[in-house]
Amino acid sequence: MEFLLQLVLNGLVVGSVYSLVALGFVIIYKSSGILNFAQGEFLLLGAYVFLAIVQQAHVPMVPALLLTFGFSALLGLALEKVVLRPLIGEPIISVIMVTLGLSSVLRAIVQGIWGTDTRPAPPVFSLDPIQIGPLPVARGYLYSAASVAVLLVALTLFFKYARPGIAMRATAASQQVSLSMGISVRRIFALSWSIAAMVSAAGGILLATMRGGVDGSLAILGLKVLPVVIVGGLDSIGGAILGGLLVGVLENLAGGYLDPVFGGGVKEVAPFVALVLILMVRPYGLFGKVRIERV
Amino acid sequence: MLSGEFHTSYASDMGIFETRRARRLLAVFIAALFAIPFAAGSYWLDVANRAAIAVIAATGLNILTGFTGQISMGNAAFLAVGAYTTAFLANHGVPFLIACPLSGVSAALAGMIFGIPSLRLKGLYLAMATLAAHFIVEFASTHWDAVTGGVAGISIPSPRVFGFEFADDRRLFFLIVPICVALLYFAKNLFRTRVGKAFIAIRDQDISAEVMGVEVFRYKLLSFAVSSFYIGLAGSLLAYQARIISPENFPLAVAIDFLGMIIIGGLGSVLGSILGAVFLTLLPEFLRLMTSALSDSFPHLVQLLTPLKVGVFGLTIVLFLIFEPDGLADFWRRIRNWFRLYPFSY
Repeated sequence: MEFLLQLVLNGLVVGSVYSLVALGFVIIYKSSGILNFAQGEFLLLGAYVFLAIVQQAHVPMVPALLLTFGFSALLGLALEKVVLRPLIGEPIISVIMVTLGLSSVLRAIVQGIWGTDTRPAPPVFSLDPIQIGPLPVARGYLYSAASVAVLLVALTLFFKYARPGIAMRATAASQQVSLSMGISVRRIFALSWSIAAMVSAAGGILLATMRGGVDGSLAILGLKVLPVVIVGGLDSIGGAILGGLLVGVLENLAGGYLDPVFGGGVKEVAPFVALVLILMVRPYGLFGKVRIERV
Repeated sequence: MLSGEFHTSYASDMGIFETRRARRLLAVFIAALFAIPFAAGSYWLDVANRAAIAVIAATGLNILTGFTGQISMGNAAFLAVGAYTTAFLANHGVPFLIACPLSGVSAALAGMIFGIPSLRLKGLYLAMATLAAHFIVEFASTHWDAVTGGVAGISIPSPRVFGFEFADDRRLFFLIVPICVALLYFAKNLFRTRVGKAFIAIRDQDISAEVMGVEVFRYKLLSFAVSSFYIGLAGSLLAYQARIISPENFPLAVAIDFLGMIIIGGLGSVLGSILGAVFLTLLPEFLRLMTSALSDSFPHLVQLLTPLKVGVFGLTIVLFLIFEPDGLADFWRRIRNWFRLYPFSY
């Protein structure tokens, strides 16, 4: 029983990180209908830039965080303007490929500048575990869970009450109508990319601190999180959060109980098996909006 | 002097070759192709063989993604299925002429199984389902030790046809390239048949296709099968050429490479698959030559080779999508038309 509880709890805390990364996907998809395969590289770049600012420029933590967010916002803006905008109206395969190409370029830049060795991350917070009831939980996961909660509330409020948030929802619903109502769709796309890049940078910094170091493997998380986004439904923020927790728990349970049977690796593949099964039953994910097609 | 193409019959309009000159040029080109093994060293023969295998796989992927409009990110998995089937059969004494087609068939079956979600899924969601196929096959290939040899890999004997052993890259060239040419000819013809036209109809508007009497699901599955058959054959040839295969031969990067080939070459074009595959196979070789040539003046460049390859690959795809979204095939068509009608291009 304790084993089960420990697995579920681990799953929930790991899942909270997945939720955070998944949020970046959903924000972009919700406004512009693009699935950004370079999300993992956004994480990576955010973590490395933060590291460089703290360790090489010796900037204190809080300003360094703000600088990183500023950098990510600019990065998102620039990429949207230079790379994504020319592809508006192109088939989905082109949009997928351009973000895949982008991810290669970003990965190459990171490798070219910082190499492939693992770099120790500065301790943003202490890593001693905290006892919750009978179970120890790493402190980093609690911070990530807390920041996910904060972001969830902030984003929900943003989409519900703030003018840009409402404009983003309007753009998602219909670009033509939004344009005729005086919303600058281009500005909305740019905004969503910069918000997504900032959320990813936050995720990257959290992960780097939790792992105690940064290397290229951080970017793999961008792919690992895809089942989360799909399970939750690509256009649902609540779905991304719940999907993250679900996949985290599933992965840990599968790893805990099935790894001894198959000899490892089940943890990585289980979310994808679940993904196929869920898509067969609910083609738009658990919470995604069902699209009715007309010709 | 030509002032344009004027087809006077339906048959000539539908013909594979637009002009007689094109047919002659192709014959010359194929003849020149078979001169490569006598001119090239073993390194470049290896590159040529890999390019030919990539052409087969890219053509297969283009049938599914470019012509039928179904996005597949699972093609490295189908490549692996073909390669491992060959490895298993060849190690049990099955000759090349049976093992190679059977690998295609087993990959086609795998493709059809993972194509089933396409009944209900489209676009991004289908891309995700096929991506899941990739990870599931990857899991199987690392853990099903009895067949795949696990992480350590498995070795494959040289192919034999009627007692002749294709032992090195020079001989393999004469095995791989004819298969490649035959498959290209089949693909080119496929799109002049009812089946191929049904694929294109599904790509352009699946609901309209259904209304007009194309059984969408059946043809989607068929497209998955044909495409995976090609990729499976490519996997089989890859296994024979590489001699030893392990899960490291089939990472997701391979699937992305193939997608890059058809994007750079041109979606929905057989010629595009050829151009894209050759281009992306030669690109890293070109970069390698460049860096070694410049290594005297810039000694750091050699360490940067790996990120450079990755970065240039990504940048090429991004630039092509922005500036040349119809790929090399369209570029080639424009050049050819300019020359064909030169100097009276109006």
